[in-house]
Amino acid sequence: MDFALREEYRLVQQTARAFAIAEILPQAARLDEEHRFPAEIVRRLGELGMMGILVPEAYGGAGMDTLAFVIALEEISRACAGTGAILAVNNSLVCDPILRFGTEEQKRRYLPILASGREIGCYCLTEPAAGSDAASLRTTAREDGPYWVLNGTKSFVTNGAEAWLAIVFARSEPTEGSRGISAFLVEKDRPGMVVARVERKLGINASSTCEVRLEDCRIPRENLLGSRGQGFRIAMHTLDGGRIGIAAQAVGIARAALEDALAYAQKRVQFGRRLVDFQAIQWKFADMSTRIEAARLLTYRAAWLRDRGSPHTLEASVAKLFASETAMWAAHQGMQVFGGYGYLRDYPAERHFRDARVTEIYEGTSEIQRFIIARRLLEGGNP
Amino acid sequence: MNVVVCIKQVPDTEQPIRVKPDGSGIEEQGLNWILNYYDEHAVEEALRLRERHGGTVTVVCAGPARATEAIRTALAMGADEGILVSDPLLEGTDHLGLARALAQAIQRLSWDVVLCGRLATDDNAAVVGPALAEFLGVPQATAITRLEVGEGVARVEREVEGGVEVLEVQLPAVFTVERTINEPRYPTLPGIMRAKRQEIRTLTLADLGLAGAGAEGEAARVRYVRFDPPPRRETGEVIRPENPEEAAERIAAFLRDVAKVL
Repeated sequence: MDFALREEYRLVQQTARAFAIAEILPQAARLDEEHRFPAEIVRRLGELGMMGILVPEAYGGAGMDTLAFVIALEEISRACAGTGAILAVNNSLVCDPILRFGTEEQKRRYLPILASGREIGCYCLTEPAAGSDAASLRTTAREDGPYWVLNGTKSFVTNGAEAWLAIVFARSEPTEGSRGISAFLVEKDRPGMVVARVERKLGINASSTCEVRLEDCRIPRENLLGSRGQGFRIAMHTLDGGRIGIAAQAVGIARAALEDALAYAQKRVQFGRRLVDFQAIQWKFADMSTRIEAARLLTYRAAWLRDRGSPHTLEASVAKLFASETAMWAAHQGMQVFGGYGYLRDYPAERHFRDARVTEIYEGTSEIQRFIIARRLLEGGNP
Repeated sequence: MNVVVCIKQVPDTEQPIRVKPDGSGIEEQGLNWILNYYDEHAVEEALRLRERHGGTVTVVCAGPARATEAIRTALAMGADEGILVSDPLLEGTDHLGLARALAQAIQRLSWDVVLCGRLATDDNAAVVGPALAEFLGVPQATAITRLEVGEGVARVEREVEGGVEVLEVQLPAVFTVERTINEPRYPTLPGIMRAKRQEIRTLTLADLGLAGAGAEGEAARVRYVRFDPPPRRETGEVIRPENPEEAAERIAAFLRDVAKVL
């Protein structure tokens, strides 16, 4: 076992960190405040190869792996969690399933554009009445000659307002439950697909969260992703990768909480001493740092398993659960270090607190992760 | 236009540096090593020369095996080739010894311009670049802020007290660059993958025909005697005056009696 990152991963970390600190961090507070999509940053992330990290070079991507993806995503999220969400969705929920399940023609048509950062994608699985219970989704796909006709409402679509391509899950077969679902590639300009609403939300405000409606949206037959009825499998396999991404995003937010609080505590003087000179404060930092290390290692392990092609549903859930709760806890402790100032918009602590919260909810709530982990234990898996 | 860039791997300036308890050097355990910032600007300037005039960019680095990471950073930015001069015999060598080894490595290449960072952020010596020009027997300009290359001649600018100095330098030549010369590009992920596949040639002193030629550590004429940590900064004194007059009086008293600058 070797815990040292290989040279190319360290270089990815250095370049992502340098870009995040110099180009994203100075804008993060404003992007959050104005709920603004960082179009220029996304374009530049594309130029650096970070919008298509897993996409092979032949399709215009970086040709790297999940481990490189989580390393980069942690750095970007440390600067701005909303930008991290945009990057996470494009890489793990859009490029990844096209790469794994798409035809050669689909890969050639979509991946170079998505990997370049000129356009981004979104993932439409959740519906108003089908959240954690995704298999109960009701959007329909009806065959009509050379077309599929999609009808339904998708909610909580990250990147929905800006996306050029949507991966839409819909019921194409009369079968109930998970087996009747297929995945479709829907370009933004297809008539019948509309962004019905951009949600107002607590955090990750640089990214949009939308309701998307499909009203007799007609797409060519060849826009089926994978095979008929394979949609649920595609969704679940994609979510395993997505959860590893959210774990990395959460580690980045936790680090932001720690680093910002540490910098503040080194300057702030009370009772004639700097805050860092109080043991009560030091212990907070020690605990935050320890949990962040653990969360990062769990995330790396899940990424490593996925890259080896080994089963990793359990490990992705473990990493996502622990990292997201670490982010929330670290953001809470970080704000505590800032005291009253932590509650003000003028300081970054409250942004980390708001950004951290969603990591416990999206791509499977903490309860869903615990359900997955407990089910493995009850099935007699290794504890 | 073939450009050689001399680079150095240095400890990350964002990290605290600790001196070993016995003063023999710095604690390397846990240090993050990066490409010297000034050298990033030299690599960037070389890439721009290649974009304008064609040719190749070769990076040359002297250091231990780990220094390949700094070379790969330069390759990931877009350099064509990397050479590492590495030899246990170089341990403890001085700047002249290093410059001698680098010059010998460069002499084996076809080149028109050698670029270096103005200094390395670890030892701030700013010696290797100028020494290199001497060993190569070519003209030099240091701390340049602008570089334009023409037929057999380069026009460079240097910032000097109160103005800008414009020089014409015959090529081939060595230039050390100031950080204001350009804004370096970030290495891209596809660039990192390309760099990963590139072979970095490693040359020893014997390969360079320099065994016993005075580049070794034991031939060094300047040696490190001891490293001392910087003196601990004393805690400042906070005064809490009643009014501006008292504040002025107490600050003046401090400047006169304690700091002794008045």
